[in-house]
Amino acid sequence: MTVKINKLDRRRKTADRASPLSLRERARVREGSFTKAVSAIVWKDLRAEFRSYELISSMLVFSLLVILIFNFALELDIKTRQSVTAGVLWATFAFAGTLGLNRSMAIEKDRGCLDGLLLAPVDRSAIYFGKFISNLVFMLIVEAIVLPVYSVLYNTNLFQPGLLMVILLGSIGYTAVGTLLAAMSVQTRTRDVLLPILLLPVVLPLIIAAVQASNTILAGNEFSEITSWFNLLIAYDIILTAVAFMLFDYILED
Amino acid sequence: MQQNKPVTLRILDGVSILLIGITVYLALFVAPTEVTMGAVQRVFYIHVSTAWVGMLGFIAAVIPSILYLRTKDMKWDRIEVAAIEISSVFFFLAIVLGSIWARPAWNAWWKWEARLTTAAIAELLYFAYFMLRAGIDNPERRARFGAVYALIASVSIPITFMSIRWVDRTLHPVVFGVSKATSEIEMAMTFDMVKILLFAIFAFSIVFIDLFWNRIRLGDLQEKVEQLKMKVTM
Repeated sequence: MTVKINKLDRRRKTADRASPLSLRERARVREGSFTKAVSAIVWKDLRAEFRSYELISSMLVFSLLVILIFNFALELDIKTRQSVTAGVLWATFAFAGTLGLNRSMAIEKDRGCLDGLLLAPVDRSAIYFGKFISNLVFMLIVEAIVLPVYSVLYNTNLFQPGLLMVILLGSIGYTAVGTLLAAMSVQTRTRDVLLPILLLPVVLPLIIAAVQASNTILAGNEFSEITSWFNLLIAYDIILTAVAFMLFDYILED
Repeated sequence: MQQNKPVTLRILDGVSILLIGITVYLALFVAPTEVTMGAVQRVFYIHVSTAWVGMLGFIAAVIPSILYLRTKDMKWDRIEVAAIEISSVFFFLAIVLGSIWARPAWNAWWKWEARLTTAAIAELLYFAYFMLRAGIDNPERRARFGAVYALIASVSIPITFMSIRWVDRTLHPVVFGVSKATSEIEMAMTFDMVKILLFAIFAFSIVFIDLFWNRIRLGDLQEKVEQLKMKVTM
């Protein structure tokens, strides 16, 4: 396997050397092939998903069940609802997210697709970003359905630009770490059980920041009150995406 | 073959036991009684030192993790595991001792306060680390994933600390540096207390080095046993 990759690599390198392109042009070509590889992986995931809907539907049903349980566990009357809506939403997203991440990586592993992806002469980080983006899309789709359902069920308006922004930033950080850890946990003996245990303590600061920011927005306070939480979310997203990007190569080594 | 313990390590073992004895004696009998909290404050010396050792190991584990990923030398993996294993034990001790101190001082075993919560999360992260390692049979992959997770944990812990600190202000007395008015409990440290605290930290650092060395040696011996087993079965 490695020999094959090496050969391909070498062939690519000699082709690079032989081509009369300038350095900058060559860099642009490589960049183009990177985005092409990423979008190919995203496209593959989305197409597979929209044929079966197995990932989105399971995440969605699970989310609704979690809300149902919260409804009875917390007795979501008008008074409690004001203080716990953000918490319920984020707990729902966090739990449903692990389900989706697990499934998305397990599919790759079980059907041997991962080996196929690794054989492809693309950068490993392209695989990471491809899986990251498709996981993010699935999560956002589920959130886009859960939010109106919650709004209807509890007669609140969750469609506020600030809240949507927080949910987007939170989901980015969550899937950035989650994709890496799911790629790891899927290669262990304990698999599905392991992912939430690995993931939840790492994303805790993200959940804290997201819940705090969402609470403030839902209470109708000024946007300026949550800038520090916003900054924390952005910082977390950038730092953890960078770390995951750097470490992903080591996850798929064999 | 180096089956026997090196002499230096044996001496270090003895010195560590002695140092723990002296620390306990100093904390219980020599240290002055704190005015507001009374005798229970004596647990503070051991609490701070165990927490210090816990942090030391978690921070120290970052270097062998990076080196392992770079060099793929199993030696670094053994060092990383040794550091994290010792640290998680000491961190657990620090949390328990802190609870014992908190009960009379804050009138609660537990408060959701930045340092406490972060300590608990760190402990959970490293439990997850051991569970991850336990789930992988291939030693090379175990080492690789372990190093990756240790690095992610070490990145997320400071962010966790910061974010919880923003949620509510700290209850911990600020021991070093400028004391903040936000602390609920003011703790005035006399010079004797500082001396004993520094001694306790020094003593536990030596204990850490001793345990660290022993644990790395144990890892090396385990490796050797595995190799011998392979040789026999071949």
